Amino acid sequence: MDLPEDAGQLEAEAVRRDTRDRWLMSVPALMIIFLAAAGPLLVMVIYSFLTPGDYSGVKWEFSTNAWSSILVQRDIFDDTLQWADAHLTIFWRSVSLSIITTVLTLAFGLPTAWFISTRPPGKREFWLFLMTVPSWTNLLVRTIAIQELIRAEGVINNVLIFVGIIDEPMQMMFTNFAIGFGMTYVYLPLMVLPIYAAVEKLDVRLLEACYDLYASRWHAFTRVILPLIKPGIIAGSILVFVPCLGAYVVPRVLGGGKNLMFGNLIELQFGAGRNWPLGAALSFLLMVIVMIALIYYIRITSQERKDG
Amino acid sequence: MEAQAQVPVSDADPTPPADTSDPAAEIAIDARRISKVYRGEDEVRALDNVSVTIARNEFFTLLGPSGCGKTTLLRVIAGFEPPTAGTLWLNGKDITRLPPNRRPVNTVFQSYALFPHMSVANNIRFGLEMLGKPKKQIDEIVDEMLNLVQMQAMKSRRTSEISGGQQQRVALARALAPEPEVLLLDEPLSALDLKLRKEMQIELKRLQHETGITFVFVTHDQEEALTMSDRIAVMSAGRILQIGSPQEIYQRPAERFVANFIGESNFLDATLSGNAVTFRTGGTYEVERPADVEDGAVSVLLRPEHAILSSDPSALPATVETVVYSGEATSIHTRLDSGEALKVRVPNAPHSGGLPEQGAPVRIGFAPGALTVLKD
Repeated sequence: MDLPEDAGQLEAEAVRRDTRDRWLMSVPALMIIFLAAAGPLLVMVIYSFLTPGDYSGVKWEFSTNAWSSILVQRDIFDDTLQWADAHLTIFWRSVSLSIITTVLTLAFGLPTAWFISTRPPGKREFWLFLMTVPSWTNLLVRTIAIQELIRAEGVINNVLIFVGIIDEPMQMMFTNFAIGFGMTYVYLPLMVLPIYAAVEKLDVRLLEACYDLYASRWHAFTRVILPLIKPGIIAGSILVFVPCLGAYVVPRVLGGGKNLMFGNLIELQFGAGRNWPLGAALSFLLMVIVMIALIYYIRITSQERKDG
Repeated sequence: MEAQAQVPVSDADPTPPADTSDPAAEIAIDARRISKVYRGEDEVRALDNVSVTIARNEFFTLLGPSGCGKTTLLRVIAGFEPPTAGTLWLNGKDITRLPPNRRPVNTVFQSYALFPHMSVANNIRFGLEMLGKPKKQIDEIVDEMLNLVQMQAMKSRRTSEISGGQQQRVALARALAPEPEVLLLDEPLSALDLKLRKEMQIELKRLQHETGITFVFVTHDQEEALTMSDRIAVMSAGRILQIGSPQEIYQRPAERFVANFIGESNFLDATLSGNAVTFRTGGTYEVERPADVEDGAVSVLLRPEHAILSSDPSALPATVETVVYSGEATSIHTRLDSGEALKVRVPNAPHSGGLPEQGAPVRIGFAPGALTVLKD
C-alpha cells in the first residue's frame, strides 16, 4: 500500500476528530462521576484529618488521631499504646469472608454458567431470567428470609431435628458461617453472569479439537476452557469480592452485633461511635485495600496471559 | 447432544476385516453399515447404511453437496458422533465405542479450531503433550512439523496474528504432529482464496506422500476431489453412490447424480437394446452395457468435451443456440431435433475460426466409448 502522504495525514486527522467527538459525548457522564465520586472522596480525606465533634460531626482542628487509631489505641487508664484488636479482627473477618465468598460463588457459579450456556439458544434467556428473579426483592427482605432458614427454630434446624440427624438446634445465626452463607447467596448472580458471557463465546469446536488431540476432560478444562474464560472469571471475582469487602446489610442482619465487618465498623463510627474522622479514615482505607487488591489481581493474571 | 438417540448396534459383525491374512494389502478404515439418525421433531437420516473401506496410505475423498452426510461420516470416524448403527474398524480394531481422545485419528477442522490463547508452536505441542511424550522428543517433533509446513519463522506468534493460509498450515501441523494413523480433513481449503487453494492442494498431496499417513478428505468441490484423490466416494442423501478412482468417477459414473455432480454433462434419453442405444432423435450406437440395467428407456451421458462437430452424415443433427467463448475452449449450446439440449466443448486452436453461428444447422458426433449408460 503506497498511499500518498497527505492521505495518511487526512486519516490521522479524521481519527483525531472522531476521538474528540466521542470524548465530548462522554462529558456528561464524566461530570456525574466526578461530582458524585471525586467530590465526596475529597470531603472524606479532609474529614479523616479532623477531630471528632462532641456529639457528632467534626471540629475543624487538624489531627492524625483517626488514622493512628485504626491500628493502635491508647489505653484509657494508663495511656499505653495497644493494638486495636477489635479493628484487626474485623479486617481479618472481612477479608477472609470475602475471599471465601468469592471462592464459593466461583465454585457454584462456574458450573451454573456452563449449564446455562450449553442450553439450546432459545432456552438460555429463561435460565438467565431465573438468575435475576431474586434481585426483584429488596436485599434486606431476602437477608431476613435467610434468617428464617438458619435461626435456631428455623427451617434447616427443624428439618434436621425431625429427620433425626441432630438433637439440638445448631447455632448458625450470628456466626461467620451465616455471613458467608448470606453473601454467597446474594452475590452468586454477579459471578454467574460474566462467566456465562465468557463461556457462551467459547467455540465448541475448540473442545472437539482438544479431545481430538488426546486431551482428557481435565486437560481440556485446565488447558483450554479455563484460560479462555479467564476474563469472565476475573470480572466475576472482582464483582463479588469488592462489594463483599464493604458489605453492610448481610453482616448486620446475619452476623448480629458481634460479628462486624468493615462496612458495619464504618457505619458505627458515623452512628453510635460518633467518630466521623475515624469513619472517614476507615472508608478511605477500604478503598485503598480494594484498589491494591485489584491492581495485584490484574497484574498476576495478565502476567500469566503473556506467558501462555 | 440430546437429539442423538443411541440405539444398540443391531447388525454388528464380530469378525475382523476380511483381509487379516495379508497384512500388506492393509485396510486402514473399515466402516460397516454405518447409520446415523438424528431424532428430533423430524427424523434426519444423516448416514444411511454406509459401508466403505479405506486403504492405508490412501488419499481418500468424500465428495458431495452440503447435507449429503460426508461431514457426518468424518465425525463418526473422528469419534465426535456415535453411529446409531454399524461398526467402525481401524487397522483391524473395533473403535466404534472409543471416545475421540483415544482414537489414533486427528482432524483438520474446517474452521481450523486453533487454540487462540496459545502460540503456533504450543498449538502443535498440544497433542504431543497430551500423549505424554518426553519433552525432548516433543521439541524435536514440533521443530520438524514447523519445517514441514514452513512455519518456523512464525512459531512464537499468536494464531490470531497469522493469515488464513498460515493458520491452515498450523492446523495441519498440529494434526500431523502426533503421527495419527488416519488424518481427517473437513473441507480445510474452503476458506482460502483460489490461488492459495491451488497451492495448498499440491502441498497436501506432498504432505500425504511424505508422511505416508492415510488422508480422508471431505469436500464439495469436485475439481479439488479429482485433482487430489486416489479414490473418491460420491455421497448424496446419506448414502455412498459410487466409489472409484477420479478417472472411473468421471468417465464411468454409475448414476445420473454422480455424472451431474462431477464435471459438465449432457444427458440424452435413449432406448437400450442389447449392446446398443437408440436416441430419440434417431441414430443407433454401440455402448458398453452396464450389468444392472435392463433393456428399455435409459439415460445416456455424453461429456461436452467428448462431443465433436462432425460432417459425418450419421452424426446427430442439431441447431446452434448459443456460442460461449471461455479462453481455452468454446462451448456450443445446441438443440437436437428431438428438442433435447446438447452442449459441445471445442478446444480453441491458435487461429480458431470456422465455429458455427447462432441458428446454423450442425451435426454432432462422438468418439467410440464416449457414451455412458446410466442407472437412473
